[in-house]
Amino acid sequence: MPMPSFDAIVIGGGTNGLACAARLQKSGRRVLVLESGAEPGGAALGREFAPGYRAPGLAHLVTTIDARVEREMDLGRHGLSYAGLSLPSTLVAPDGDHLLLEGEAGERVAGLSEAERLAWSELRGQLMRFAGVLAPFKEMTPPRIAAGAGNEYMKLGKLGFGIRRLGKDDFREFLRMLLINVYDVLNDDLTDPRLKGILAHDAVLGTWLGPRSPNSLIHLLNRLAGQVAGRRAAVALPKGGMGAVASAMAKAAEAQGVTIRTGARVAAILVEDDRAVGVTLADGEELRAKTVVSAINPKTTFLSLVGPRHLDTGFVNRVRAMKSRGGAAKLHLALKGAPDFRGADLRTRLVLAPSETAVELSFNAVKYGEVPERPVMEVILPSAHEGGHAPDGHHILSAIVQFAPHAPKAGPDVARQEMLARSLAVLEDHAPGLRALVEHAELLMPYDIEARYGMVGGNWHHGELSVEQMLFLRPFAGTSQYATPLSDLWLAGAGCHPGGGISGAAGWNAAERIIRGTGR
Amino acid sequence: MIYDAVIVGAGHNGLVAASYLARAGLKVVVVEKNDWIGGAAVSRELYPGFTYSNCSYVSSLFRPEIMRDLELPRHGLQILPYEGGALFTEGGDYLGMFRNHDANRREIERHSPRDAEAYDRYARDVLRHCRFIRPMLLRTAADPASFRPRDIAELAWLGKQMFGLSEMAMYDMIRFWTMSIADYLDEYFENPAVKAYQAVASIIGTALGPMSPGTAYVLLHHAMGDVDGNVGAWGFARGGMGSITKALAASLKAAGGEIRTGSGVERILVSNGRATGVVLENGDEVSGRRVVSNMDVKRTFLKHVDEDELPASFVKRVKNFKIRGSSGKLNIALDRAPRFTALPEGAPNMKGDLHFTDSIEKMERAYDDWKAGHFSRDPFQDMMIPTMIDPTMAPPGKHFMSCFIQYAPPKIEGQDWTDADRDAFAKACLDQIEAHAPGFKDSILHVEVRTPRELEREVGLTEGNIFQGELTFDQLLFNRPVPGYAQYRSPIRDLWICGSSTHPGGGVMGAPGRNAAAEILRDVKMPKKDMSDAYAVL
Amino acid sequence: MKAEKPMQPDPRQHYLTPLRQTTFHPRTAAANRLNSWGPWGGYTTVLEYDDLAMEHSAIRNAATVYDLCPMVKYRVRGPEAAAYLNRLTVRNAAKLPVGAVHYTIWCDDAGHIIDDGTLFRLGEADFRICCQERHLPWLLDSAFGFEVSVAEETEEIAALSLQGPCSFAVLKAAGFDVAALKPFRMATFGFDGGELMISRTGFTGDLGYELWIAPDHALALWDCLFEAGAPWGLRPIGTQALDLARTEAGFIITNLDFVPAHQAVREDRVRSPFEMSLDWMIDWNKGHFTGRRALLAERERGSRWAFVGLDIDGNVSAEHAIVYHDRKREVGQITAACWSPTLKRNIALAHLERPYHAGKSDNLWVEVYAMRELQYVKLMLRAKVCDRPFFNPDRRRATPPGPF
Repeated sequence: MPMPSFDAIVIGGGTNGLACAARLQKSGRRVLVLESGAEPGGAALGREFAPGYRAPGLAHLVTTIDARVEREMDLGRHGLSYAGLSLPSTLVAPDGDHLLLEGEAGERVAGLSEAERLAWSELRGQLMRFAGVLAPFKEMTPPRIAAGAGNEYMKLGKLGFGIRRLGKDDFREFLRMLLINVYDVLNDDLTDPRLKGILAHDAVLGTWLGPRSPNSLIHLLNRLAGQVAGRRAAVALPKGGMGAVASAMAKAAEAQGVTIRTGARVAAILVEDDRAVGVTLADGEELRAKTVVSAINPKTTFLSLVGPRHLDTGFVNRVRAMKSRGGAAKLHLALKGAPDFRGADLRTRLVLAPSETAVELSFNAVKYGEVPERPVMEVILPSAHEGGHAPDGHHILSAIVQFAPHAPKAGPDVARQEMLARSLAVLEDHAPGLRALVEHAELLMPYDIEARYGMVGGNWHHGELSVEQMLFLRPFAGTSQYATPLSDLWLAGAGCHPGGGISGAAGWNAAERIIRGTGR
Repeated sequence: MIYDAVIVGAGHNGLVAASYLARAGLKVVVVEKNDWIGGAAVSRELYPGFTYSNCSYVSSLFRPEIMRDLELPRHGLQILPYEGGALFTEGGDYLGMFRNHDANRREIERHSPRDAEAYDRYARDVLRHCRFIRPMLLRTAADPASFRPRDIAELAWLGKQMFGLSEMAMYDMIRFWTMSIADYLDEYFENPAVKAYQAVASIIGTALGPMSPGTAYVLLHHAMGDVDGNVGAWGFARGGMGSITKALAASLKAAGGEIRTGSGVERILVSNGRATGVVLENGDEVSGRRVVSNMDVKRTFLKHVDEDELPASFVKRVKNFKIRGSSGKLNIALDRAPRFTALPEGAPNMKGDLHFTDSIEKMERAYDDWKAGHFSRDPFQDMMIPTMIDPTMAPPGKHFMSCFIQYAPPKIEGQDWTDADRDAFAKACLDQIEAHAPGFKDSILHVEVRTPRELEREVGLTEGNIFQGELTFDQLLFNRPVPGYAQYRSPIRDLWICGSSTHPGGGVMGAPGRNAAAEILRDVKMPKKDMSDAYAVL
Repeated sequence: MKAEKPMQPDPRQHYLTPLRQTTFHPRTAAANRLNSWGPWGGYTTVLEYDDLAMEHSAIRNAATVYDLCPMVKYRVRGPEAAAYLNRLTVRNAAKLPVGAVHYTIWCDDAGHIIDDGTLFRLGEADFRICCQERHLPWLLDSAFGFEVSVAEETEEIAALSLQGPCSFAVLKAAGFDVAALKPFRMATFGFDGGELMISRTGFTGDLGYELWIAPDHALALWDCLFEAGAPWGLRPIGTQALDLARTEAGFIITNLDFVPAHQAVREDRVRSPFEMSLDWMIDWNKGHFTGRRALLAERERGSRWAFVGLDIDGNVSAEHAIVYHDRKREVGQITAACWSPTLKRNIALAHLERPYHAGKSDNLWVEVYAMRELQYVKLMLRAKVCDRPFFNPDRRRATPPGPF
């Protein structure tokens, strides 16, 4: 039977690929998604890492899902629901004097002094206002600073108006704080090291920056600008594990009519006459379509699938220079009992970051390709929320551990062992007896994440989401609007604006841009 | 006697502002707490027969427009360009900097053939950024939150400058302004020593490491000056950096201005919301129609103005102004020239900047020490021997050596510096030099050690920050020193600020003083005559 | 007794001689009666040996030798060398036969010229680029993804240019039979125990050859040529005479006639192949090369500049003059100009804004400031766009070449 022909091929069945495919299909195109894995979902996919234990994959929480994706793919109807949308956070103090943050972005904090509570409330309000005016950026093609670049001037005007409407004082503060470091902001207004610790931790999560690095506050704003099911600054846990998001998106896409082929690894993008005309699979099969969309890593797309000979040298230089250092490791522990974080509620997000300085110190080492003495981490116990993740009475602990070197001087194996030992030591300090509960441990260093998920350098965003790689500079200066130098080849992955997470925003934006760009 | 302007502090910016105002016909007096003038641009005989540039030590940023307007050469100023420079590497070699283009290429080629041929394009790209920023140095930054015609006009001017660039050039500029110098250099060079040498200018005076975003801008801040049109070049002021302020003082006096030394200000007088003069530490009052402070913004408003006179939000912003000191200084009288084993006899590289830190990683580790509240164990030095060029600063055959050192924190682990800390700091630096120039220590006649403590105590630089405030984007342009007050005015009518805490920031540049004078003249509706606009890099 | 090895100079002390001497320096210095030297790419070379007019006259009448050593040379080797060069340059390197040379250019992504140069195909997978400026980072970056090696080899090859109507005769007398050698082809000969490569290339627009040899044999080659060439009046020429000859031939020089894209500080100074009248060499059908998409767009959109030859009234040369339309509107700039002794015309090369190079070319004027006894004489001279090369004799192409 001949393969049905498709209008568009989307490479990569992660959340961005699925969102892009669904939106393109909706526009009347016949879309084929090619996923190299056994099921779609990419980094949002859970998996069994030890007999009876299901690890949540790379991501273990949802901090943002693009509202258009939620709505138009109707993810709820396709089985997505949440154990919580604003999971409380506990800053786990080694002495048991924890801090509990509840509501949107720590609206309510238990354990603070009155003065500190007021100071935080004021700072939080300001950050939420700033995040609020920046949020719409995520849902649009980034502008180019050029005349006739097809910018969405209406949306931009509205955005600019929103920023200007902050009021004179806030507007000035916005301009002052846009590129500031989070450390100074925290220390200007707050005194409690626990509060500063969790905020600094959240700001640099998934980045290659310390809290003292200029340009780090914007990451906290980006996080606060996220939403899930209408909840701002969400910290959401899907029911049935992280895989639920991807599986709902896959079902939604298929319901839309998208064809998803798994186990289909793309080896090359076919270029004829300076146009992308299809792909070649690893087994040699050729698939052709009018439009090819790469929802995988931009570096991989150009350097491997397209190849330098179809591209200009300066462009290849920019692709190669795109920074993609991953600084986070992923830890999975199979526990034969419930750990005790000195009384902290295991159904909260547990943050082990005693102070902003501790976060900075953990960053120091990775600058030199070394493993930090005392990593900081974000811990989730999916098994504390619902069954099905671990055998009864047992638990699965998932932690994002920062910072981990992406290219350790000591070599990958030594560094992994060192990182695991130090992570366990930090956990043991916060939850005495935890080590004795460990039945199985798995630590994915950034280079392991690269190998498993194809994220170059192990960076979650498929390229650091740093200021000099944001907006019109993402993924590369001059190549920011999902289009590529090759006609009919588009980008839709996290390497594009607005970056990673499992929100699907990049994929949706890309689809909108493709539809607009080709006038259909 | 009521002066038209009382300038507080006889640093270079105070003197520049005073000179312009005096030339415009205002009656001005400069009051200075020390018994000498110059602030951080001084030449002092601290050991018999030796002249020390004991704070700032080299010149490039000082605006040629100001030199010319104020006739400083006539008043004795001479700038002597460097003739070389070198970075010593761990293996006993060195990477030299040569003025001759071919020699410079061949020198880099010894370390990396690729980098040798990459250098020109790198220098071209940095020059492009210099050309863009230079016209901004002698303009008051627009207030983006204002709808006044002058601010809108200034924003329009800025927009015109930007849109004069191509799309890709604009992206290059935005990237450059937001990147770390380490990342930026990675795009051009492969050799660690080559990168380290280029990174020097990105950390001097800065409370950031070369891997911190924003340090590429700091490099630009040090590269945008020139010596006689040679953009990015540095030189010595003949007779030490005090020659700049001496020439300024002579120019001021020739224009009818007065200077009173030994006259530390106790308090700035404010009456009915207007500044009316100052009270000196000895109780004397100096009355003026306006007060212009060359002190940094923290010292001005938190120490010499009653907090009640200021809006709370302004006080908060000033308190949060980042002015962390990061550097120290060793000033050394030498019996003979040091002999650096890596350098061939007679190499011209001794007539310029010398460094011992041969990788970005070592620079960054030195910064990590600072973050932890220590001075760097393996410090970064920007060292030079002005007497290799300038015959006036030491007896024949003897030398004055200036070592600028990073990093040195304002406090040691939260505690004030002790003399023991200071001595340990000095030892770390001297040991580093000795390792590259055996016998160096035996040739030392005298050492003056200046930690941030001394810089604050003697020069009045809060926390010892040499730029009167850090050069991060949150404190540059319209944000410097404080959003809404970036036009040399303060919340108090007739109280002005003209020091490096204001746009365009630190270094012996004179631009803040000149720009403040321009704003004052505008305020009194006097023409800006005898004040040149910025020279373009044609 | 064993001879002592000569002391190697300390490599760190290169700064003592920032301008190096070329391999031929012992000979060029002896012949440089005016002691007139200029810097070129880090070397000293002769500007004028004894008499500019005589040197130029010899190019057109007899035979001349010019020291080419400072030309920058890169060696490109590897199975994908041709593919690499096809992506790098605008011409089709795959079509260049082994033993042939072509003139080529390479561009940045925006389609602006980085440099021009000659490409020699020494073997199936072995090429040499010979150019004016240094480009190692760009050449290495362009090699990413290609099985190819790139190395600079300027100092490993000495080069001489033998030019003039009698150059074939001189070579023949020196024992090198190049009768069958066509323009842009090369041949190798044994010489002095080494190998001499002769290419029929040059920069004078006349019959001529370029000779490439390892430095060890270079002086012997010089001596051999001068001994054999004496009857034809062979003489060395300096850069000034060559510059006259190349202007007559209408050839361009990087950094004199255009600013390379990687060096231009001012963004508007760069030029595309269309704007330098070099678009004829672009092979649009060979596949992708750097700058192709930008150049396609430029072909659609049209270019801003044109590069033309000018024939100027009178006999006063117009170096660096501004070109006006209708005496008022600035429309261009002259980059090279001379009174051509060969053509008896006042010629120039110029950048002109389009369409003044063609549609509006009948009212062009050149403003010349001629310094005469400490005073400028200001002239407004009429100029006409004309064909290049100004000088293009049949003897340049004849194979076998004539004896004079």
